[in-house]
Amino acid sequence: MSMNDRKQVHPYIPNTVPDVQRQMLDEIGVQRVEDLYNIIPDSLKLNRKMDLPPALGEYELTRYVDGMLTKNTSTREVASFLGAGCWPHFIPAVCDEVNQRSEFVTAYAGEPYEDHGRFQALFEYQSLMAELVDMDVVNVPTFDWPQAASTSLRMAARITGRNRVLLPQNIDADKLMIIANYITPDLSYTLVNYNGATGELDLADLQTKLNGDVAAVYFENPTFLGIIESQGQQIADLAHEAGALCVVGVDPSSLGVLKPPSQYGADIVCGELQPLGMHMNYGGGQAGFIATRDEEKFVMEYPSRLFGIAPTIVEGEYGFGDVAYERTSFALREKGKESVGTQTALWGITAGVYLALLGPHGMQELGQTIMQKSQYTAQLLSKIEGVSVRFQSPFFKEFVVDFTGTGKKVADIHEELLAVGIQGGKDLSGEFPELGESALYCVTEVHTQEQIERLISAISLCATGSAKGSVSV
Amino acid sequence: MKRIRRESKVRNFHQAKWDEPVIFELHQEGERGVQVPKAEAAIGAAVGDGVSAIPASMRRTDAPKLPEIGQAKVLRHYLRLSQETMGSDFNVEIGQGTCTMKYIPRVNEMMIRTPKLTELHPLQDVSHVQGILEVFYKLDLAMREISGMDKFSFQPSSGTQALLTMASIVRKYHESRGEGAKRDEIITTIFSHPSQAATAAVKGYKIITLYPDADGFPDIEALKKVVSDRTAGFVVANPEDTGIFNPKIKEFTDIVHAAGGVCYYDQANANGLLGVTRAKEAGFDMCFFNLHKTFAAPHMCGGPATGALGVVSELIPFLPGPVVEAEEGVYSLKRTGGLSIGKVRIFHGVAQTVLRAYAWIRALGAEGLLEVAHTAVLNNNYLYHKILQIRGASAPYVKGNRLEQVRYSWEQMTQETGVTTEDVTHRMCDFGLHYWTSHHPYVVPQPFTLEPTESYSKEDLDEYIHALEQISKEAYESPEIVRNAPTRSTVHRIDHSSLDNPKEWCITWRAYLKKTQPE
Repeated sequence: MSMNDRKQVHPYIPNTVPDVQRQMLDEIGVQRVEDLYNIIPDSLKLNRKMDLPPALGEYELTRYVDGMLTKNTSTREVASFLGAGCWPHFIPAVCDEVNQRSEFVTAYAGEPYEDHGRFQALFEYQSLMAELVDMDVVNVPTFDWPQAASTSLRMAARITGRNRVLLPQNIDADKLMIIANYITPDLSYTLVNYNGATGELDLADLQTKLNGDVAAVYFENPTFLGIIESQGQQIADLAHEAGALCVVGVDPSSLGVLKPPSQYGADIVCGELQPLGMHMNYGGGQAGFIATRDEEKFVMEYPSRLFGIAPTIVEGEYGFGDVAYERTSFALREKGKESVGTQTALWGITAGVYLALLGPHGMQELGQTIMQKSQYTAQLLSKIEGVSVRFQSPFFKEFVVDFTGTGKKVADIHEELLAVGIQGGKDLSGEFPELGESALYCVTEVHTQEQIERLISAISLCATGSAKGSVSV
Repeated sequence: MKRIRRESKVRNFHQAKWDEPVIFELHQEGERGVQVPKAEAAIGAAVGDGVSAIPASMRRTDAPKLPEIGQAKVLRHYLRLSQETMGSDFNVEIGQGTCTMKYIPRVNEMMIRTPKLTELHPLQDVSHVQGILEVFYKLDLAMREISGMDKFSFQPSSGTQALLTMASIVRKYHESRGEGAKRDEIITTIFSHPSQAATAAVKGYKIITLYPDADGFPDIEALKKVVSDRTAGFVVANPEDTGIFNPKIKEFTDIVHAAGGVCYYDQANANGLLGVTRAKEAGFDMCFFNLHKTFAAPHMCGGPATGALGVVSELIPFLPGPVVEAEEGVYSLKRTGGLSIGKVRIFHGVAQTVLRAYAWIRALGAEGLLEVAHTAVLNNNYLYHKILQIRGASAPYVKGNRLEQVRYSWEQMTQETGVTTEDVTHRMCDFGLHYWTSHHPYVVPQPFTLEPTESYSKEDLDEYIHALEQISKEAYESPEIVRNAPTRSTVHRIDHSSLDNPKEWCITWRAYLKKTQPE
């Protein structure tokens, strides 16, 4: 056979080798592959070639994809001050090494016998996260923080037998959309005001809205706008007095320096894992966690898988398995707790690796660096004429910068910054009109003094239209 | 030297066993796994220690009780755990039916690692994300052609989340027509994934489950009896998890449409259908594909993933937003309007999986996708033919060809030997092979579900068949071998009794230390 006559067998489809295919068809006892489809009526068949772009070989494919992705300008190429639910953080190389291992990338639904390592790694993630939040039960992670919050609220409703939840007015609008969709139609929600001066929850408003049908009071710490909520214990006490549960959403990167919510009365803690070792990946790094006390009434309401440690028939051997599997939709279909399926297990393993690497002191140092750098940035910004930092309260990682005094719109400042290689914070003027021309700025341990000062110079220029009003740094 | 004889048809396998401690046991006070970036001296001078600003009520006084471990030890620990994990890269993973465990092209895994993707923030200015939006948009176009739907969203990040999204759209659609309260039932089938029923229940629906007729087809007479003006929707996979394709599917969707319901299609079992038959022609209003199944993105121990959701034009306004649009080669993110269900996942979806799926489609083209489908069906029927020859194995319901998978039964073997399908699961581990039974409830007795996909060679399939033959032989001749398995796995039979007992279960290490006493 000459080179040109040989059938080009696709590298991903070995059994298109003609001789092998013939052998297999003979074994089955049919003439052609098409005969295996005789159950599908002709009226349902496409009977034409699909209109798709031509196939590319591996080398051509990499060139083509590179050509598209080159059009992106990543946060490696611009100084970005965006957070708002997805944050730039230092990612230890070992996190990437572990989550790129072929064994973990391609594993799925193996038994505890063939996937002992997967079960152990997820049990360890649950255990490490449990120390960070100071609670005894953590789930195999769910999709993202909004999903974790939604499920926490439904858990609270099932536990209390009530059907209304209270959410903070200053919640992220996108997160609120996700929660609203997920809890409808079984639950309804009411928003609780925040204090316009401090950015913290308005306790008086909370009291007026708490009554006998409230299943849960949900708040975040830090809040979506970055403020450290100092009234955690009072909020939890008010919720409990009304017979409701207290559910708190947290950014876990704060928990080296901020008190975990379990220490100020939270019954259910949830939040976002992305800061613990996940690249931003245009939003593909999100994963949500839920934590509770080790009480049957909580554990039995989780829809998620929960891995537990167990003995084997061999003395000294650790085994692992599913805890209370019978509560899940895998076991009970529509009678199970909500639903379970593929979620974000690999990000759970990665978050475990991250916590193991940083240890107790690393988490403290991380919190401290973020506190220092974000305060430094806010301090310099607030010195610029026409620019102010909106709330008086201490904040973590993110803060609201108010540009109203410059007479410019956030959108205009954004364009001017972009022109000098800076991606400013998230524009809040649409979702928080009460904050005027404000934006949410994020500064973490990865921002350098040089980047921060470049931002200050650029905003000074924007604010005044000239270099005159700029602060020298 | 004499030629080394290798005649065994099954693999003399042994999985890695590192006897690894739980990570807390690696703690050595003072060790460090990594250095955290510090603030520059000038910043420290300007703001002090930073943490003094935290109100006393909120300052953490005790450090989290995480272990302190040197970097090499952390890496070694996790690499050992990875070796104790049977990824689909390592075995003939045809035993996880319904999940389409196909070859994960390495080039895709390499391409997603570029900082041009990993370091993109989802809220960056649209001018900075044109490349990834182009990928989203072009995958949308390809999926439209593959399914016949009119628009796709990649926001749902699993099949379950796509099903939840579709149930949400059904609710919003009927509400928009003033029929939200009246239409309170969703119809599904027992051979469909449990998430179909579970997610519809989350959206407040009463679930009606159809059972198969004597040949294993969804029962059209049963459907006629349950549709009414209370029908909100009908959700089904086709083929179902039995691998049996319902040729009357268009009649089903017509019946539901005539009653005013919405038909949505779980395409988890689409691998044998690419380029052959589509959601549109079968009369569906919505469908979703698992990009981590049919489109060769990896399963990642259970996510993150993507449930690519397509709808007909009438339902586009109900999609979660934003959606990606294109105008003269410029891509934008368009917010959806008042009919939209809002959002189901924060930001835009799992971009890495979207890129992997698009790259896979581009590596195959239209002819390649058709070859994928044909070969998946060929492989499945070859396997089916061979497995029916194994003593004690059968495939209930209709005789004749199946599409991409089959739900088999060991009922006869269990009756004759006492060896169950769970025992077979454990014994397959000893040959380095994964094997799965079925979702619950076990409608097919002693079930197992195999889906060979297009990725495996005839030789691979034969290896799997030989292992099942060997186990059947053992069950009839020396069943204790099967009942005592696994013996060549990382661990031996686990005592599960504590896992269902609230007093004994230990979901974290700290709970284990509290709830157990050293002898």
